[in-house]
Amino acid sequence: MTESLEIITTSSDEGTLPLNESLSREIYEKMLTIRRFEEAVLEIYTQGLMRGLAHLYIGQEASAVGICSALNDDDYLTSTHRGHGHLIAKGGKVDRMMAEMMGKVDGYNRGKGGTMHIADMSLGILGANGIVGGGMGMATGAALSGKMRNSGQVAVCFFGDGAINQGAFLESANLASVWSLPVLFVCENNHYGEYTAASDVTAVREHVAERAAGFDMPAVVVDGNDAVAVHQTAMEMVKRARAGEGPCLIENKTYRYRGHHVGDGDPEKTYRTQEETDTWLARDPIPRFARRMMKAGMVDETELDTIDATITGLVEDAVEFAKESPYPVADEVTDHVYA
Amino acid sequence: MSTPERVITYGEAVREAIAEEMRRDETVFFMGEDVAAAGGVFKVTVGLLDEFGDDRVRDTPISEAGIMGAGVGAALTGMRPIVEIMFGDFITIAMDQIVNQAAKMCYMTGGQASVPLTIRTTIGAGRSSAAQHSQSLQAWLSHIPGVKVAIPSTPADLKGLLKTAIRDDNPTVIYEDKMMYALKGPVPDDDDYTIPFGVADIKREGSDVSIVATSSMVHTALKAADMLEQEQISVEVVDPRTLSPLDMETIVRSVQKTSRAVVIDEAYQSYGVTGELASRISDEAFDYLDAPVKRLGAMDVPVPFSPGLEPETIPDEEKLVRTVQSLFHDVPV
Ligand SMILES: Cc1ncc(C[n+]2csc(CCOP(=O)(O)OP(=O)(O)O)c2C)c(N)n1
Ligand SMILES: [Mg+2]
Repeated sequence: MTESLEIITTSSDEGTLPLNESLSREIYEKMLTIRRFEEAVLEIYTQGLMRGLAHLYIGQEASAVGICSALNDDDYLTSTHRGHGHLIAKGGKVDRMMAEMMGKVDGYNRGKGGTMHIADMSLGILGANGIVGGGMGMATGAALSGKMRNSGQVAVCFFGDGAINQGAFLESANLASVWSLPVLFVCENNHYGEYTAASDVTAVREHVAERAAGFDMPAVVVDGNDAVAVHQTAMEMVKRARAGEGPCLIENKTYRYRGHHVGDGDPEKTYRTQEETDTWLARDPIPRFARRMMKAGMVDETELDTIDATITGLVEDAVEFAKESPYPVADEVTDHVYA
Repeated sequence: MSTPERVITYGEAVREAIAEEMRRDETVFFMGEDVAAAGGVFKVTVGLLDEFGDDRVRDTPISEAGIMGAGVGAALTGMRPIVEIMFGDFITIAMDQIVNQAAKMCYMTGGQASVPLTIRTTIGAGRSSAAQHSQSLQAWLSHIPGVKVAIPSTPADLKGLLKTAIRDDNPTVIYEDKMMYALKGPVPDDDDYTIPFGVADIKREGSDVSIVATSSMVHTALKAADMLEQEQISVEVVDPRTLSPLDMETIVRSVQKTSRAVVIDEAYQSYGVTGELASRISDEAFDYLDAPVKRLGAMDVPVPFSPGLEPETIPDEEKLVRTVQSLFHDVPV
């Protein structure tokens, strides 16, 4: 085994905040925006204003924001069915996202995609995806394209612990490695795929990141609820990818606080224990990061409240914007089948 | 003034189309299994690596889903990839990337994204390649909105349609009959020669019956037409050339003239291209028909290996002649 196949497990020292103030604020605000956005999605869904499936990202915010805060605007990202957090972290606008949730014409996709397909090509967001593992090839291809055009762009492929068992992972990871493509494969291990524990269906010793060894790419296992650790890992891996050193696998260990999707029952009564959930709740990435900002003297309680009020207002405005936007007219149904 | 022509093979048409488009547009690149150094298992892409280098002509791992996915991603982000799937049978492994991703990106994103991806793959039985290397699965992708499908029968059509596909901003699929790579034919000597999708071609004019034929079956139809001419049955052979979009106008116009139609395609007969064409002709030209629309496809069995069995399963000119005759008088079909 070469050195690059070693699995590095990383988390940061809770007593410090080794990021500058503006970046820290940005990370905090993005994480909180995701949290408030998802709470609003839960609400509109419960009110019957949104149909389809709502897969909430609540609890996993540090993963999306830690990674995306290491990216440039023109870097690429592929997302998943649980994609709202990735989109917001990459710069997606919450009003247009919310309108898309409701199938309205001012939504990102003019109401044609909905929660599982939001894209913003101008931000390199190549789309959420309804197919588990569906974005892996695409991210690899976007990285290939960046490399062929000498653009210096990297691609981030977000996927879950469930998706790592898709054949697409093997094919894409091998291709990315053999061609040294600038892709970050980011597995968000929230320990469940729907209602099945990852450990019951995934043949690894301890970490899914062990699979990277089979593709001769470096792997890092990160405390995915620690935005600092995720950010630092991403910075290092993005730098490596931009330097032409190829892909990597990052495993962010995290937890979704809600069910698989809104309305599918209480997870703690069925496939997981309250005790386990409580352990993860104690590691909620948002208060954790807030405490560190306070300790570093960047913010105080009052300011945190102000930030929250601003973000909550922004999300409320997004909901109003979405409610007021009309449905697309029936004539649009045949638009955009072909470019 | 007509453009001067050269005679080339169906395989050379592939190579010329790719090379010309790669010279014309530096975002075009080509990848697939064994396509670069070896020039493909059918040797039709020999020479491309030498001219364009290994950045733009790529040998890939044996990963149909992976390379199709990479094609989709590259197409979404400013490139124009051409992906070869060696045998059309293997496209099954890449189906998610074509059907759920490439075909729907433009629509699902409300027109934000486009996927200028060209897929080349093969169809056709007749070389004892058995059940996993002989199928004609063109109906599968023709069923999917968002994909364009071409099924050329001559070197000229192949070259013109492939060049159009590469320039098109949508996912396009070119089905090449692997038995026709050595087929020769005239091709206009013009780097900008293209054929639009959705324009059928009358391969032979006639007045008594229209045979609508695809790919290799165009040649079967032309042979049948020669045979039927001796019985004073004048056959018009219509080649749709693209299945999606489909030029029903030309097909209907032909049937209005002849009042009889037979549809022939090399794929399994059930639930396929012949069913679609026959149904649309019956629907759109009903008032002009003097007989029911007949159709001929491959037998609904996996393609057998044995030279004693395989030909039985594929439509040929004898079967086609009998089918046409049955429209005029009682014959055992
Ligand atoms: C190809 C495919 N198979 C199954 C599903 C149904 N499905 C949707 S989400 C999901 C679980 C995915 O688990 P994971 O990858 O861990 O993501 P998470 O939901 O935990 O974020 C499944 C099985 C699907 N959408 N696509
Ligand atoms: Mg999971």
